[in-house]
Parts: sequence; C-alpha cells; structure tokens
Amino acid sequence: MRTFIAALAALLVGCASAGRRTIAAPAPATPSAATAESTSTTRPQYPSTYVRHPNPPVVIRNATIMTATGQEIPNGSILLKDGRIVAVGTKVDAPADAVVVDGTGKYVTPGLIDDHSHLGVYAAPGTDAESDGNEATNPVTAEVWAEHSFWPQDPQIPLAIAGGITTIQALPGSANLIGGRSAILKLIPARTVQEMKFPGARSGLKMACGENPKRVYRMRGGPSTRMGNMAGYRAAFIQAELYRRKWDAWNKDHKGDPPERNLRSESLAEVLRGNMYVQNHCYRADEMAQMLDLAHEFGFKIRSFHHAVESYKIADLLAKEGTSVSVWADWWGFKEEAMDGIKQNAALNQQAGGRPIIHSDDPSGIQRLNQEAAKAMYAGQRSGIPITRDQALRWITVNPAWALGLDSIVGTLEPGKMADVVVWSGDPFSVYSKAAQVYNDGWLTYDRADPAHQPRTDFELGQMPAPGSDR
Amino acid sequence: MIALLLAQTIAITGGTVYPVSGPKVADANVLIRDGRIVAVGTNVAIPSGATRIDAKGKWVTPGLIDGAGQLGLVEISVVPATREGSVQGDTIAAAFNVAEGINPASTLIPVTRIEGITTALAVPFGNLVSGQAVLIDLDGVTIEQMVVKSPVGIVADLSESGKDDAGGSRAEIAARLRQVFRDALEYERRKTDFGRAQMRPLAASAGDLEALLPVLHGRVSLIALANRRSDIETALRLAKEFRLKLILAGAAEGWEIAGAIAAAGVPVLVEPMDNIPGYDSLGIRYENAALLAKAGVTVALLETDTHQSRNLRQQAGNAVAYGMTWDQALRAVTLSPAEIFGVADRYGSLEPGKVANVVVWSGDPFEFTTGVEHVLIRGKEIPLKSRQTELFERYKKLPPTY
Repeated sequence: MRTFIAALAALLVGCASAGRRTIAAPAPATPSAATAESTSTTRPQYPSTYVRHPNPPVVIRNATIMTATGQEIPNGSILLKDGRIVAVGTKVDAPADAVVVDGTGKYVTPGLIDDHSHLGVYAAPGTDAESDGNEATNPVTAEVWAEHSFWPQDPQIPLAIAGGITTIQALPGSANLIGGRSAILKLIPARTVQEMKFPGARSGLKMACGENPKRVYRMRGGPSTRMGNMAGYRAAFIQAELYRRKWDAWNKDHKGDPPERNLRSESLAEVLRGNMYVQNHCYRADEMAQMLDLAHEFGFKIRSFHHAVESYKIADLLAKEGTSVSVWADWWGFKEEAMDGIKQNAALNQQAGGRPIIHSDDPSGIQRLNQEAAKAMYAGQRSGIPITRDQALRWITVNPAWALGLDSIVGTLEPGKMADVVVWSGDPFSVYSKAAQVYNDGWLTYDRADPAHQPRTDFELGQMPAPGSDR
Repeated sequence: MIALLLAQTIAITGGTVYPVSGPKVADANVLIRDGRIVAVGTNVAIPSGATRIDAKGKWVTPGLIDGAGQLGLVEISVVPATREGSVQGDTIAAAFNVAEGINPASTLIPVTRIEGITTALAVPFGNLVSGQAVLIDLDGVTIEQMVVKSPVGIVADLSESGKDDAGGSRAEIAARLRQVFRDALEYERRKTDFGRAQMRPLAASAGDLEALLPVLHGRVSLIALANRRSDIETALRLAKEFRLKLILAGAAEGWEIAGAIAAAGVPVLVEPMDNIPGYDSLGIRYENAALLAKAGVTVALLETDTHQSRNLRQQAGNAVAYGMTWDQALRAVTLSPAEIFGVADRYGSLEPGKVANVVVWSGDPFEFTTGVEHVLIRGKEIPLKSRQTELFERYKKLPPTY
C-alpha cells in the first residue's frame, strides 16, 4: 500500500537518525509511484516530523546497569552519543567532550515503555473538553486515529516523563469493538503530535472485548451481547477482506480508476496485510480464546491482549500463539470481567513461556511502572515462581517494545540502540527510588536535580505550582 | 468453644518490633492474650502454654489502618447491586450510617487483610452530606463483630463534586451546610414545636438533623472532603463558626496552607500517590503529605481505591520517597489514623492493653520485596488465604483441575 511508502520516505528526509535504524518492513511496494496520478493515496500521510534533539555525548559512570538483556553490571558505565547507545560495560571510553554523570549508588535501565496509555487523548484536567479517547458513535471506528486526538500540552505528560517513560502507545478507549488506530510516540515535550511520532513506528489497531462495547451500545442498536461483539468484528473484517483484494489488485498495475477509499476498511486491511498490530483489550480467558479464533479466521495475529486479567488461566495457549499480554500488577474487581485478577498474572505468563508486559492504562500508574513491575515480580517470587529482576525489567522495556514492533530499536541497553535511558536514584524496584535523569534519544528530558530539565506544559503556566515551589 | 478461642495466648518472638508509640525494639517479644496485647519488649516472659510465632529476622508492626474506601460496602465497582456506600434522593444524608450495609463475607476483606491492612474506615460517598463513616476490623462473621466504632464521623463534600447537590456553586455548598447546621440546632431547641408542626420547613429531615447534633456538639467529627485551597479554608471557617471537630480528607492543596491547618489543630487524610491535576486541585503534588507533616499537621495516609486498599503500603512508601520520614509514614498508617478516628486508646500501636492487630513482615512493610508472614486481628491469627490465592492455586499448573 503506497500510503505507507510515501509516509516513510518523508520521514527519512525529516529524521536523519531514523534511516540508519532497522525499521520494520512497510506495506507491499507499489510500482511506478512516480508516474501515478497524484491523489490522497499517493501523498505523504500524516508523517512524523520527529527530529532528534542535538546533545553532547553523555557517559554515566560507576552505576549499576540493568540492561534488560540478562545482565546487571555493578560499577558499570554507559556511553550515549548522537542518540545511540555506543558502549555498555565495566570499561567504557568516552570522548573528551562527553558530559560525565556520576552514577555512584544509582541504577541505569532502558527507558520505560508503556504500551497502554491514554495520555493526550484523555488529558488532564479531565473535563469533557479533553475527553477525546472514545469515538463512541459507532461500534466499529477503525477509521479514527488516536494521534488526531492527542494533545501535546497534557500536563500529565511531564509527570510520566519524570517516572522514566520514554515511549508510549496512546490508544483509543475501549467503548468500541474496534476503536481506531493507536499513536506510538516518543514521550518528549513538543508542540505537535507529529514531532512526537516515533520514527518508523507503525500505529496499532485498538480492539475491545467484553463488557465495555456491549454496555455502550446496548441501547444504541447493539452489540448488546458478547456474541453480538463477535459478529461485529467479523462483519468488519469481511468488508476489509474485500477492500484489501480490490486495492491489492489495483496496486499491481494501476489500471483504471483506483477503488474508492474507505478509511475504516483501510485500517483493517493493514491488519490483514500484517502491517498493523492488533492491540486487543480483553479481560476474560474464554473471550481471549474466542478472539484468537477470530484472528485465525481472518489470518492475522493479535500482538497483545491488554488488561488480560485472566490470561494466567490460558498462559499456555497464549505462549503457543505468540501473543503477548499487557497486564496490571494487581488491578481487579472494578467490574465483573476483572473479578479474577491475581497478582501472579505476569509471573504465571512468564513461567508458561509467554511475553508479559506491565502496562498502566492510567495517568497515575504510568508514573510508577517500575513499582508495578516490582509488585508483580515479587508476587511471583513469593509464590515460588522464580522471576528474575531482568525478566521483570523486560516487562516494562523490551517486551512492550516488542508489542509495538520496536524491540530492535529500543527496550534494552545495547550498543546501537536508541539512547532511551533512565538513571534511577537507587534500585528501580525499591519504593524509595525515583528517576533521577531521563534521556530520550540522548536528550535529557528530565533531571530531578535541575529545574531547567523539568519540562512544563503550557497548561501548567500560571495555574500549577512549579516543581519544588512554595506557590 | 468461643471461650476457648478467647483464652488463647500468642507470643510473637524475637522480631524487630515497631510499636509506633516508641522507638523500635530489636529482638523483642509481643505477648497477646484474649485478643489484647499484654506485653511488648525484650524481657517478656512467655507462658508455657502460649502459641509461638517465630519472628526472628522479621519486622513486627501494628496492623495498618486505611482511612478510606468502602470495604464491606462494595464487591464489584460497576455493579450497583453490590454497592452499599451511597443513598439516593437525600442530599443531606446525615442519618445514613453505612454499618448495616457491610457484608462481612465480602471477598475484598481477605484480599486486603492478608497484606497487612487490619482496619479500615468504611466511608459513605455522594451527596452534599454523604452519611456516617464506620471503622471496622477486617475480620468477623457479623457486622457487630467487625465494627470498631460507629460513627467515626459524618462526611460532607466541600469539593467540586459537592456542587451538584448545591445548585452548582461552591458558595452554595457552604451556605447550605450553614443552613443545615443552624436548622439542626434550632430543631434541637424546638423539638416540641417540630412535633406539633409549628415550625417553618427545615433544611433537612428531622432524622438527618438529629444525626448532625453530635457533630455540632463536637462529639463526632465532620469529615470534610476538600481539595482546593479555598475549599479547605471554607471547611476551616465552618469548623470555627460551629466549633466542629474537623477532619480534612483529600486536601490536595493543603500543603499551600499547611501552617494554617496545623494552627487550627485539624488532622488531614491524604492520598500520597495522587498527583493528577484537575480544576478541583491544580496544586496537587506528591509532597503534600510530607509538607503537611513537616508543618505539624497530624496526617493519615490513604488508599482510596477499595479493591486496592492493600496498596496502602505503597502509598506510605511513596510518601517517604517524597519527603516524609519513614517513622512519620508508619505512624500515618497506624497510630495517627487511630488518633484521628478517636480509637487511639485501643488501636494504632503495640502497647499493653491495646487490641492485638499485629502484622509480621519479612522486612520493611513499605517495600515491594516484603511479604506478610502473619496477620493477627484481635489476637486471632488470620489464614493467609483469599479468593485470589485460591485462583492462583487452581491455575498455577495448567490445565487446571476443576
């Protein structure tokens, strides 16, 4: 599909650093783009304008470095240069112009990634004016894009940055069976969402099972049952199959008029082509099994079940499918499909060979993903499941990176990866530790010791106290 | 049989004991008899018949007290059939006491207590005056067995959410409360006239006005929800006018006027991990609890999400991360709430004569890598089981056996 090619090309021009990185393969190439008549399908579509912030090299010395690749290096060093991690280890040479950060007593981890956030789409201060996460006007709204709702001045963004978050997936809500496209964003201060769009990242598709859609549409024409939910997904994907066939045929030779665009089917066709990952809000084990059947029927993969409070009941099945689970450490009980939540959920999925992720779905929880991972880790250990610290760290770094298709770019501390790095005041799994510094693509986006590196949104000016102020 | 149970003597031996009422004591024993603490210290003789709990290398603290939520009053948040914490159709619901709505069989109770929370305030919500909050122990087959004190206070909503029941303005919240308070006092003076229908219509029902009298006479606290600085000041003003025994709840912007709150001698219930700004609390920040405590305010920490009451530990740990001392934070989840709720003669510390709500931890109770080893409520050891531990046992090996 050429829209992706065009968008990617524009992005490579705009962002020097992205071109060197491994970017997941785009949609199938289309021939003779240059000669085709210019239309909305051939022009750049909503490209990222992300540009790496220029910075001197940074070397963090004498810290405990948790790589999320199985290593915890005491008295280690890490060098960041030009937005990349250059070296990690006990002996790291740094250029003369490098800023030296004393990491004594401190810990270094990859930047944290939250694959389930509603920052920007349900922004603070939380009035109806900022309620932009659910296009609850139709049970299938695959045509809407979270980035078109995202407000970069959401005052919750700096709070999340101060919690060590460097990348988020901002999702539409769960009112709809198919809620729309997600936005995968670098969590940085910015004027526009385009400046935050993770270079090369492909948006996901939000789907939702269970109680929410049927509650929202019960009195509005349905679905009003779980079987109605299933019929709704199937009808949408049947249309998308037809749409995909028409476009793929036309893309072969561009003969005649192109088929009419349909934004709803366009998103779903990308799922069918394997170009867009399904991010599926689903609580109950039996419903997740139904959704896997749906995915089999239409030949796509569900990349992650989100919330998945009962995933421990089918952890073997999910591991076999290669579907990750994005879960809370301990949320439960707020609705019937959340009644069976247990604190060992992530650990049991790990034990079964699955890929657990701790997500927040919450502007408060996103500030403490490390604490949530610690809780879930210990719940497993306490119950006799030998979860390692490295595994728990992966739950909030490289595993969510995988769910977003970015694990070759971020999520671990390895040479060549994007310099998304957090320096913690102490062990990140201690309740008393806080992010001391946050580097996003090498840019110091947060420094707890320096108000000059504590970004504030426009919203805050003149109405919220500055950090540390007495007002 | 009941007599036998009551006669039980338990000795928690060799732990590092944090009595809260005094400094920690290493290698100490806590002796419990008939549901009460009998002795605490290094020189406590253990009777031969006592059941021993070895706490060597462990930390021993009073059971934690969560001064928020609806434990016993809610099972599934979105299912109204399982919610008992609010009444409709009475914006001044002062007579609404939640006690008889409590379900001692609630699954939330074991889930919460096996993580060291032994006592909680069951708090009504909604309406301008929400009703009467009740302190409960998280053990008991009947409501009577659970209730520690009823009522602890009457809840009034001076925050943004209270406006709905006051015509849409904060000013009217204060005006309506004044009117209700005055009418309650007038009703008290003229009960005979009221009985003969010789009074003008009053601002609330006779039952609600009657229920407010203990508050107006300073015998029961007014628990005022207020977050914006000006709302906190309104609560302080009302308390002064009517000589109320005030407890502030929420108090997100309390840190801005910590000195004034301290000077008024008003205690505050704070949720440390709440820092999401809204128009009700643009000044909300993590340091609130620490700044209030530093100014001399008596602070109790909260976890307001009922299902997550167990995360009171995490709240306390984060309060420490943002400036409270560790000792202040432990006090703020034990003795301070006991004082604020008027039960410090029985609860909140490990001292002879106090109710034996005791927790043995594998380490620092606020740390994530700490587990609960033993929980005692009223001197009875609680099995560390809940619906969640049963689910885990069933599914820890797949496929499960049903």
